[in-house]
Amino acid sequence: MKELKDLNFLDDVRYTKDHEWAKKSGELVIIGINDYAQDQLGEIVFVELPGIGDSFSKGDEFGSVESVKAVSEIYIPVSGEIVEINQGLEDAPELVNQSCYTDGWLIKVKPGNASEFDSLMDKAAYLNMLKG
Amino acid sequence: MIQQPGTSGLIFNEPMLWEKSRMGRCAMSLPKRDVERKPLEADLTGDEPNLPELSELDVVRHYTRLSQWNFGVDSGMYPLGSCTMKYNPKTNEVQAARQGFAGAHPLSGDEFSQGALKLMYNLEQSLAKITGFQAVTLQPAAGAHGEFCGMLMIHAYHAKKGRQRSKIIIPDTAHGTNPASASLCGYESVNIKSGPDGILEPETVSAVMDEDTAGIMVTNPNTLGLFESNIKEIAEIVHSKGGLVYGDGANMNAIMGIVKPGEIGIDVLHLNLHKTFSTPHGGGGPGSGPVAVGKTLEPFLPVPRVIKAFDTYKFITDSPDTIGRIHTFYGHFGIMVRAYAYILSMGAEGLADASKLAVLNANYVKASLKGILNLPYDKPCMHECVFNDKFQKEYHITTMDMAKRLLDYGFHPPTVYFPLVVDGAFMVEPTETESKENIDQFIQAVKSIALEAKNDPEKLKKAPHLAKLTRLDEVMAARKPCLKG
Repeated sequence: MKELKDLNFLDDVRYTKDHEWAKKSGELVIIGINDYAQDQLGEIVFVELPGIGDSFSKGDEFGSVESVKAVSEIYIPVSGEIVEINQGLEDAPELVNQSCYTDGWLIKVKPGNASEFDSLMDKAAYLNMLKG
Repeated sequence: MIQQPGTSGLIFNEPMLWEKSRMGRCAMSLPKRDVERKPLEADLTGDEPNLPELSELDVVRHYTRLSQWNFGVDSGMYPLGSCTMKYNPKTNEVQAARQGFAGAHPLSGDEFSQGALKLMYNLEQSLAKITGFQAVTLQPAAGAHGEFCGMLMIHAYHAKKGRQRSKIIIPDTAHGTNPASASLCGYESVNIKSGPDGILEPETVSAVMDEDTAGIMVTNPNTLGLFESNIKEIAEIVHSKGGLVYGDGANMNAIMGIVKPGEIGIDVLHLNLHKTFSTPHGGGGPGSGPVAVGKTLEPFLPVPRVIKAFDTYKFITDSPDTIGRIHTFYGHFGIMVRAYAYILSMGAEGLADASKLAVLNANYVKASLKGILNLPYDKPCMHECVFNDKFQKEYHITTMDMAKRLLDYGFHPPTVYFPLVVDGAFMVEPTETESKENIDQFIQAVKSIALEAKNDPEKLKKAPHLAKLTRLDEVMAARKPCLKG
């Protein structure tokens, strides 16, 4: 596993305490797991995602990520309806390891409550939390 | 320097039987036909099954070679935490192979099965006595099946009371199968955290226990190998709100003959005969997970139940509140014979001594490796102790690397990455059946590996080196599994 300084945290996404990231894209919010999460999990071998049209409330478990070490639940950073899932992960779950903020995104959500996004941590706040 | 059991030697490759097959090769001769040849009816004929054709030597060599690739408790120490891989005494096998037991048929009826019924009755009585409970069912096929059976009884209890509940409390130090057993009964798991010293705190339980909660599932000793010392107070909290306490007895090997779970507030408990009572485990044979209950849950036990009346034994099925049958016939009878042989061989004192030695051995390992491996919860343990790879992180060596390297030294690796509450867990359960010399060898092996982590980390990353197959590509196996030859 890498040192904190060797991990990549983007400035233009928001973070959760469970190490997901969220980014606005027009009307939608794109969600994935961040570099710290993928590094902790190690080689990811399977990603379980929800169905399109499913609705979740902020903090609900919406899927899971399985690595050779463990299965981890993933929690939705904002309430809303799933409008798209990353189909590519079915055959290539390693995309989450290789590029967690781009090709390794997990879901796109139509948010139900715009203010929830604004309450997510920015990079500085998230890094402070990680350093404890 | 202690000599380690692991060494290199000649290992044979062996293809699959189908690859060795040659048309017409055969290991037996059938007796000469002494009846007229007649054609089979059409619906009895078809393509012949694809079976390999082999000589007797082909078959013997095949299985001898496969057995030489194997690692079992008969070949070396197997300190797999949470699994209690103790030695399985050979007398168990002798008793189970007795013709009266081995040849017993489940359909032969009570009157022709008195010996088998008596053994089942006596085993139930012994297990009830050991655990401090009222009654026992031997039906469940393994631990998780026992959990499910116990949870079905709790579910039936609440149904009978007229108001079903929706939740069940499960601490983070419980066995992973507990939430699954509860969900199968329709309960939602409420997960709670253990305290800073790895023990469940009563306040945590009272904060979530309410009258919509069916009860709590506690593994005691818990998965950190620690005794839940607040269990009585926790049971009172749960009982005061009308809930019941499920005890996961998979770790009973630490407290057998010392603590009676039935007397410390637990309402229902499963045992693993294939752990605590020395019956074969893993690939060695079917499991058995008897469930013991107190008076509250006795009416809900599965049927059929064995009873004794005027020195004869019989099965009864007329039990109005029973959860019904949970296994074909009466469970894994051959395993029951082995467990009963163990209990009789050991006697009450012997069982208590086994637990004391299991705890002593684990504490010896813990004390000897303290400072070599990190000990997240540094307090006296029960039958197993949990380390992790924190000290080795600076050399980029993980628990997995050390576990793989142990193979080269001739030991089965311990349980790794469980329990989940410990990051990079390395969980050692030596059991009572290993001698001090064996345990010293193991300790020395771990110490040598810790030194290698510092001085020669590349060697660990590529381990094992002496095994027939070296480091396997687990990622590829999980991502692109090859499910046939």
